[in-house]
Amino acid sequence: MTRMPGPLRFAAVRHGLVVIVLAAAVAGYTQIAGSFADFQLAQIAIYVMAIAGLTVLTGLNGQVSLGHGALMAIGGYSAALVMQHDPNGHLPLAVVLVIATAATAVAGGIIGVAAARLRGPYLAGATLALAVGIPQLAVARQFAHTLGGEQGLTVRSPQAPSFLGSSFSLEHWLSWICAAGALVVLFLLSNLVTSRYGRTFRAVRDDEIAAALAGIHVARTQVLAFVVSAASAGLGGALLGVVTSLVAPAGFTLVLSIALLTGIVLGGLGSIVGAVWGSILVVYVPQWSTDLAHSLSFSTVMGSYFAVAFYGLVLIVVMLVFPSGLQGGIVRLWGMAASRVRRG
Amino acid sequence: MLSVHDLRVSYGAVEAISGVSLEVPDGAVTAVLGANGAGKTTLLRTITGLVRPRSGRVAYDGVELTSLRAEEIVRRGVAHVPEGRGVIQDLTVDENLRLGALWRSDRDDRKKALEEVYELFPPLDTRRRQSAYTLSGGERQMLAIGRALMARPKLLLLDEPSLGLAPLITAQIMALLRQLSSESGLTVLLVEQNARSALSIADQGIVLALGKVVVTAEASRLAEDEDLRHHYLGF
Amino acid sequence: MHEFVSFTLSGVTQGMIYSALAMSLVLIWRGTRIVNFAQGAMGMITTYVAITVVDRGDSYWWALVIAILAGVIIGGLVELVLVRPVESKPPLNAVIVTLGLLILLEAIAGMVWGGRYRSFPPAFSVQGVFVGSSRINLSPFDIFTICAVLAVMVGLLVLFRWTSIGLRMRAAAFEPEVARLLGVRVGRMLTLGWALAAGAGSLAGLLVAPNVFLYPSNMDAVLVYGFTAAILGGLDSPVGALIGGLGIGLALSYIGGYEGASLETIGALVILIALLMVRPEGLFTRVAPRRV
Ligand SMILES: Nc1ncnc2c1ncn2[C@@H]1O[C@H](COP(=O)(O)OP(=O)(O)OP(=O)(O)O)[C@@H](O)[C@H]1O
Ligand SMILES: [Mg+2]
Repeated sequence: MTRMPGPLRFAAVRHGLVVIVLAAAVAGYTQIAGSFADFQLAQIAIYVMAIAGLTVLTGLNGQVSLGHGALMAIGGYSAALVMQHDPNGHLPLAVVLVIATAATAVAGGIIGVAAARLRGPYLAGATLALAVGIPQLAVARQFAHTLGGEQGLTVRSPQAPSFLGSSFSLEHWLSWICAAGALVVLFLLSNLVTSRYGRTFRAVRDDEIAAALAGIHVARTQVLAFVVSAASAGLGGALLGVVTSLVAPAGFTLVLSIALLTGIVLGGLGSIVGAVWGSILVVYVPQWSTDLAHSLSFSTVMGSYFAVAFYGLVLIVVMLVFPSGLQGGIVRLWGMAASRVRRG
Repeated sequence: MLSVHDLRVSYGAVEAISGVSLEVPDGAVTAVLGANGAGKTTLLRTITGLVRPRSGRVAYDGVELTSLRAEEIVRRGVAHVPEGRGVIQDLTVDENLRLGALWRSDRDDRKKALEEVYELFPPLDTRRRQSAYTLSGGERQMLAIGRALMARPKLLLLDEPSLGLAPLITAQIMALLRQLSSESGLTVLLVEQNARSALSIADQGIVLALGKVVVTAEASRLAEDEDLRHHYLGF
Repeated sequence: MHEFVSFTLSGVTQGMIYSALAMSLVLIWRGTRIVNFAQGAMGMITTYVAITVVDRGDSYWWALVIAILAGVIIGGLVELVLVRPVESKPPLNAVIVTLGLLILLEAIAGMVWGGRYRSFPPAFSVQGVFVGSSRINLSPFDIFTICAVLAVMVGLLVLFRWTSIGLRMRAAAFEPEVARLLGVRVGRMLTLGWALAAGAGSLAGLLVAPNVFLYPSNMDAVLVYGFTAAILGGLDSPVGALIGGLGIGLALSYIGGYEGASLETIGALVILIALLMVRPEGLFTRVAPRRV
């Protein structure tokens, strides 16, 4: 690697700078774009958190999770429950989010302990069961009273602070909060990935036995990856509740979990930057397909199926054509082209 | 006749066979000898289509084998008893044997072959319904050879049949191979670490080292020539 | 007491359906070391095929035959087109491909047949039969369900144990390379294995539909139950799939009966995790799983 000047030698400083630039770009973008763009930005930011978290788990640590939608549900419901116990809204949103994130991290830890003993298809099946099972808890007679059954729970929206002026809309404020959350997650995860922990994550993914021989505590590393990943998904889930003012089982279906998986596959299974691209696609494609359905004079429902079909096709095609993910595939194509040019 | 011409096989960057040419005359026993990692197993696996060569040709009775798949090659009369025997442990003795002939359409002859194999290996006869998992090493080797014979091959390839067997059993197996070759005209290509016992029954000996043929000679000459023996075979 | 008997009977019926699904997962696992997460969705699609046939006015039996044939064809095609290329790749690739297929099939069903819940006509009455003067919780359709699954199980058993094609399929599953040396066309056997498995999965889809309605994701939970049943029996064991299915069917029927139907999925989740923690090789396998 080439030597970087001064403070840029430190990964954290570089990541910080990137985050600041992105934050400025987001703020600028929301100034010129309309309120629908605000909503989309918030959505992208939410997916970035969950997909970056899943990237760390599956791409970097090699543990597949088909159940991250369930972790988002845990984050969302935690936030809603905290707010219900605070009917007058004394707690600042940040505190609610931290509690929800922590609750999901704890859940992630418990799941992680179990997951550390499972491999391949067994882990996939167990996490698939999570994705299908956890949202059903809200509907169960025993918990419906607390968790609101099929209707779910309402989530209070925060007020935009008054110093931003009266023309500063709520949607605007929500998109800023989500973007801020996503940038914090990206900053922390990027640093984690380049740190000592990131290296142990990868070592465990590449060869568990070799990692163990090198003195890495494999199970502990896997649980840690699950906790980090769950925390990111939990924050995303909590903010999803805040943005839509609602958490309900129908918002956390298997399709959500699979959309997240599609995001990491599009992002190249293991790159944090890729996770951002993956999130953008995962949010825009349903949008496009709804538009497409309209222009072909199909119903909106049809549009939503287009999007789901797209997720399915992406997962299949990428695995068949670019087994190392789209980003990996592009990198490979690029490498092939470059070597062709060099050979002349 | 089996003829191999300028064969090259590699696993990734590692070249396991580097330009091997050899001929296996019909009706004789040819022994392929060589140290660990010399490329013996790779040679057999390439002949029967389990590994694709990088270049070179393998022809049997004038048919090019390198373009055929493994499951087609046995239909050309070439049977392969793989290293470690390849007995299918989850199946019974009888099932293992029957499997060896299933591709042949002649039902009556399949039955006949089965009874012949049981006659040849009485220990198998008493264990027909037993799971192959329960067999001893010697019985497994009998099962593997018997199963190969079920195909009524013209050419039999064996990869280290003596592996893990007591000297007495090894001697019996070798004697059997000799007998099959002399009495029924079976061509045998025998890969062995145990050079002494292989040469005791072989007509021709071929020594491989680092993926190349270093010696081809009559078996008796190879066994007698002290220099060759010391240098390549270590006894 | 009466309640308990009633839950037991419905547990057996449901259990047989889970057994059929577990059986298809086991067949595919044995052949290709892949868990087919799309198995439920494949059964859902073929159930839509069946309902289309019934809607046209044809008989249930005709629909049943066509649906199972459709399942067999879809299964074979999926193996040929989607699974073959990932067979030699890391296990994660196959997981993602079958999951992608699951969601793709659900989307296709939604586009073609719409997302609304549809009731599916059972072949026989779903009213409990009388034993003496009291009605028990076992309907003619339940009896048909049990018999149909048992018939398929026996059919598969006969095929695998006593036919030469079954012998070839087993050899291809256990030792593909050795099987090839013995002239077994392994690729064809794997395709056939997927086809048969998908046929059994179609039957499961048809039998479960009158209970859970028919909609694109109606098999999601059933897939989890079938997977749990397959794990309970040990993914490698067809007999285990039968017993595992019954076990899960009974357990979920008691949970659903005494605690409420919405807890069934959670119940399956808890059972699955507990099983995987305590005995991942299942209760009925002799040998340890080859690749975990
Ligand atoms: N599947 C494989 N992948 C990579 N390298 C391999 C593979 N199989 C064999 N090799 C290498 O090819 C070379 C020849 O191996 P081969 O198994 O043919 O030797 P051999 O003569 O049969 O040895 P042995 O007597 O120990 O059985 C060795 O260097 C071995 O490491
Ligand atoms: Mg060898």
